[in-house]
Amino acid sequence: MVAPRRQLGWLVFLAVFALATPAPPAYGERALILATTTSVDNSGLLDHLRPQLAAQTGLEVHVVVRGTGAALRLGVSGDADVVFVHDRAAEDAFMAAGHGVLRRDVMTSDFLIVGPRSDPANIAQLTGPTGAAPALRRIAETETLFVSRGDSSGTHNAELALWRSAGIDPRALAGSWYRETGSGMGATLNIAAALDAHLLTESGTWTKFANRGALTVLVANALANPYGVMLVNPARHPHIPEADARKFIDWLTGADAQRAIDEFTIDGQHPFRSAAAASP
Amino acid sequence: MGEFGQALMNAATLIVSFDGDFLGIVGLSLRVSLSAVLIACIIGFPLGALLALSRFPGRGAAVAVLNALMGLPPVVVGLIVFLLLSRAGPFGVLGLLFTPTAMIIAQTILVTPIIAALTRQTVTDLWAEYGEQLRSLGATRADTIATLLWDGRFSLTTIVLAGFGRAIAEVGAVMIVGGNIDNVTRVMTTAIALETSKGDLEMALGLGIVLLVLALAVNGVSQAIAAGASRASQQAVRA
Repeated sequence: MVAPRRQLGWLVFLAVFALATPAPPAYGERALILATTTSVDNSGLLDHLRPQLAAQTGLEVHVVVRGTGAALRLGVSGDADVVFVHDRAAEDAFMAAGHGVLRRDVMTSDFLIVGPRSDPANIAQLTGPTGAAPALRRIAETETLFVSRGDSSGTHNAELALWRSAGIDPRALAGSWYRETGSGMGATLNIAAALDAHLLTESGTWTKFANRGALTVLVANALANPYGVMLVNPARHPHIPEADARKFIDWLTGADAQRAIDEFTIDGQHPFRSAAAASP
Repeated sequence: MGEFGQALMNAATLIVSFDGDFLGIVGLSLRVSLSAVLIACIIGFPLGALLALSRFPGRGAAVAVLNALMGLPPVVVGLIVFLLLSRAGPFGVLGLLFTPTAMIIAQTILVTPIIAALTRQTVTDLWAEYGEQLRSLGATRADTIATLLWDGRFSLTTIVLAGFGRAIAEVGAVMIVGGNIDNVTRVMTTAIALETSKGDLEMALGLGIVLLVLALAVNGVSQAIAAGASRASQQAVRA
């Protein structure tokens, strides 16, 4: 019906497609799935730890990056084997509900209040945990722009806790100075840089963040930011490679990885302090 | 201008350097999207043709639904596939979440309605032209579909490219079901989203330029093939 020559082009076209079709995935042996937060990944900490992890444990770890709330959900559904996040209250609730069977402290970083260099709310001389609440009050009083993650992440929940300690419910104030992005840390930092707005961020991500615009750290050490690692309950999710997961958690909280966390630097700064160093 | 200049430099450096990680990302992008388009064609061509030629109650509604599905938001498709493939979902036992296979499934769902809906339109037009002839020759339904699809192959090429464009450009679905895992499920669009979140806008834009070049290359190759095939078929007609 059709001359062979005419079919040639069509056949080449199909062959290109066929070659592009991937081999079926291998079942059985699988990599460990670690759900963690943007601050751990974007800071470059994981890239720093990865060579040691491979050399000392031989584990292959697939890292899925989400906000703390979404990362915990991956643990609840059993889609992640290990969860490495930063929201102590949410972590305790996760454990109490039986979604996790083992929880260990890993490290701590700091939350910072970042804002425009011109310091319109006059908060730059405030510092430390006692400075955070007064700083937020001044931002609210002067109605200078503040952007919030608004995504139930660890950073978002920490920000809401700080507002509570300042005695302010920013969402109840109908002013347009408080804006929720509903996005990750990076996207929210980009928005803050474009708007010259304040925001609460975390030292690891901030130190690594490139597109700062006119933003600078106004209140350092506004709040401690502890990270915990949890094993998702293998009794509820039998597919979880429990031995590998425990091996990973033992390694992450072991002496070598803890030292590597303390040694990790970005531009000469140490954004993370290991749990081992905090409680010798 | 500084950012765009830097982005162009980054794009050129990425292409010239043949960096292994970068080539892996490009390769996976092509593998996932081309596979999805291939599967979508296998489903969409016959489905579209059948819908063009069949008469059944509710056909108008089926066509409307199919056309509407062309506008499926990738994030929604990603979410649905995520829930289906999640360990807590009906297909959880397969362990497909956060694999390239999951990404292919999601993109196939996105692309199939485009292929099917546009094929239906092409075949409807061809049927209006040749239907009488085919009927008088006593062609069966299968013969008719095969003949009309073959006759419309140059229009179908454009349809395939439209589907490919949709697949290679979307980020919402692959981000959710793939997880953007380094060296495993990271594709061009999720890498762009990641670099943007790190605030490295020049690198993100550089990757974006590479993505455009890639789409251009795929379109160029298929256009050249189609042109060659068209010339060959005209020569065959003359001979």
